[in-house]
Amino acid sequence: MLAFKIAVRFLAHGRTQSILILVGIAIAISIQIFVGLLIDSLQRTIVDRTVGNSPHITVSSAADVATIREWEKIVYEVEQTREVSAFSPSATGNAFIRKDNKNLPVLIRGFPFAAADGIYNIGNAIYEGSEYSSRGEVLMGRELSEELEIDIGDKVVVSIPGGGSVTLTVSGFYDLGVKSLNNSWLFTYLDTAQEIFDFGNRVTSVEMKVSDVFQADSVANHLGRKLDNDDIVIDNWKDQNEELLSGLEGQRISSAIIQIVIIASVVIAIASVLAISVLQKSPEIGILKAMGINDFNASLIFIYQGFLLGLLGSLAGLALGIGLLYSFIAFTTGPGEVPLIDLYFDYEFVIRSWLIAIIAATLAGVIPARKSLKLNPVDVIREG
Amino acid sequence: MSGIIELTQVNKIYRGGVDLQVLFDINLSFEAGTCNAIMGASGSGKTTLLNIMGTLDFSTSGDVVIDGKPVNNMTKNQLARMRNETIGFVFQFHHLLPEFTALENVLMPHLINRWRPSNEVIRRADELFEMLEITDVKYKLATRMSGGQQQRTAIARALINNPRIILTDEPTGNLDSETTEKICLGFREINQRYGTTFVVVTHDYFVAEHTDRIVEIKDGRIIIDKKSDVQTRNIPPKT
Repeated sequence: MLAFKIAVRFLAHGRTQSILILVGIAIAISIQIFVGLLIDSLQRTIVDRTVGNSPHITVSSAADVATIREWEKIVYEVEQTREVSAFSPSATGNAFIRKDNKNLPVLIRGFPFAAADGIYNIGNAIYEGSEYSSRGEVLMGRELSEELEIDIGDKVVVSIPGGGSVTLTVSGFYDLGVKSLNNSWLFTYLDTAQEIFDFGNRVTSVEMKVSDVFQADSVANHLGRKLDNDDIVIDNWKDQNEELLSGLEGQRISSAIIQIVIIASVVIAIASVLAISVLQKSPEIGILKAMGINDFNASLIFIYQGFLLGLLGSLAGLALGIGLLYSFIAFTTGPGEVPLIDLYFDYEFVIRSWLIAIIAATLAGVIPARKSLKLNPVDVIREG
Repeated sequence: MSGIIELTQVNKIYRGGVDLQVLFDINLSFEAGTCNAIMGASGSGKTTLLNIMGTLDFSTSGDVVIDGKPVNNMTKNQLARMRNETIGFVFQFHHLLPEFTALENVLMPHLINRWRPSNEVIRRADELFEMLEITDVKYKLATRMSGGQQQRTAIARALINNPRIILTDEPTGNLDSETTEKICLGFREINQRYGTTFVVVTHDYFVAEHTDRIVEIKDGRIIIDKKSDVQTRNIPPKT
């Protein structure tokens, strides 16, 4: 208790020195928090915008354009997998859509609507009309509908490569934000698609999303082991986006290096300030030792100072860093005032960084504390 | 007859490039409740002797017994506790902690092994402030006091744990003659009131003459050990 009180008074008494080091710690930690959260938000934004509205894992037939047998078993296993947040069987096939003189390739994608919504967020993507609600209805993408000059309720003729054609009714228009999808995908009921392509009860794929996108590969491997079926292939977005991932990984490593360097500089700054403090306070420490304070408690004075500097400096740094981040996100907007980066506030990262800063600062106090252990009262109390 | 401080055949050699022996076969005993002066020129070894008695330094050979306990085999923590409970120090430079008030400085030795001061120790602090005539600086920071007030605060600090022994090294070295006399009288009064044993290292005859016994050291050896000629013992204890 006395050591803590002395530590507080030492810091309060050397106010200018304490404030300077606190400002230094606060700036360092604020940069650490800012960089850490910004890079994390940036990565998540990139990933979200890349794979956010698409399946993270797709189970399909090992043969080209073939259906999966016993897909119910796959769905059962998927249901048992805790990490999967949404899934849907899908019957998909190529076709051509005809209107007037135009004949354009399309991909008919049959899903139960709610399940498709869980993966593609299609409900929110519908900007006109409504979801398909009866057999033979489809949702058409923005660019395709504009090119074909289609209105809600129009009927379109779709011809199947193997022969034959069906007439479908457009119930609504969607915009997934990806031109190539808007241009070619027609969403419809699973059984409508199965009927068009004569799949019977079979599907062509089972698609799913996982709660942590970065776990997609391990979840896919886990499913692969459980299903143990050579007739199917399991793809995940990570395997299909290796370049993006290596870019993100590079970013993550550079962010980690910046953070480590910042923490190291905080430790060095605190240790050097407290080491000077040991020299400045050596007569007082000497007399305390003469009065009977033991070495452990004398060294605690410096460890407490490190702890207090770390606690207060990092708290100020957290506030400053978070403030900086919010300002940055607010002031960097893209077209339509939409922020360029979506803020993902990783509480765990912030708390972890805060604790690391406090622990590092406390450990920084160990260096001067060890110095104080060597302080012999005889050497210092005669000096005046 | 055993004293509260017993030194037997104490030698001190500083090891270095050339070994330097500063104390030679010192045999010395101080009785409890006495007031003693150790005199000698600079470099005579008097401070080293005091530091060995205060367990701040160690003899190279010989036995040191403080308050009946041999200190040679004590651990650092045991020595720290003994210094805290049995010995009070007053140095030439008071080394008050400038971040604390006079009262906080005085209570510090008490708080080294306790969470908070007892009412009894606060009363004792008040009594010491009054006796040393520094009550008006009780709540002042050490930096806002005169040299004499600081030194008297340091004396109160040395006394707060009611130690059996006070060791002082040139306690009046920085003070004018009037303040020096006040300090000397203060020592006598404490000695008489509490029965505290004093060992005062000084090169000032005026200070030494306020004690019962003068031990003079030259080149690490005791050359004179005598009763003091002039004594101011007859200060009536305060009631």
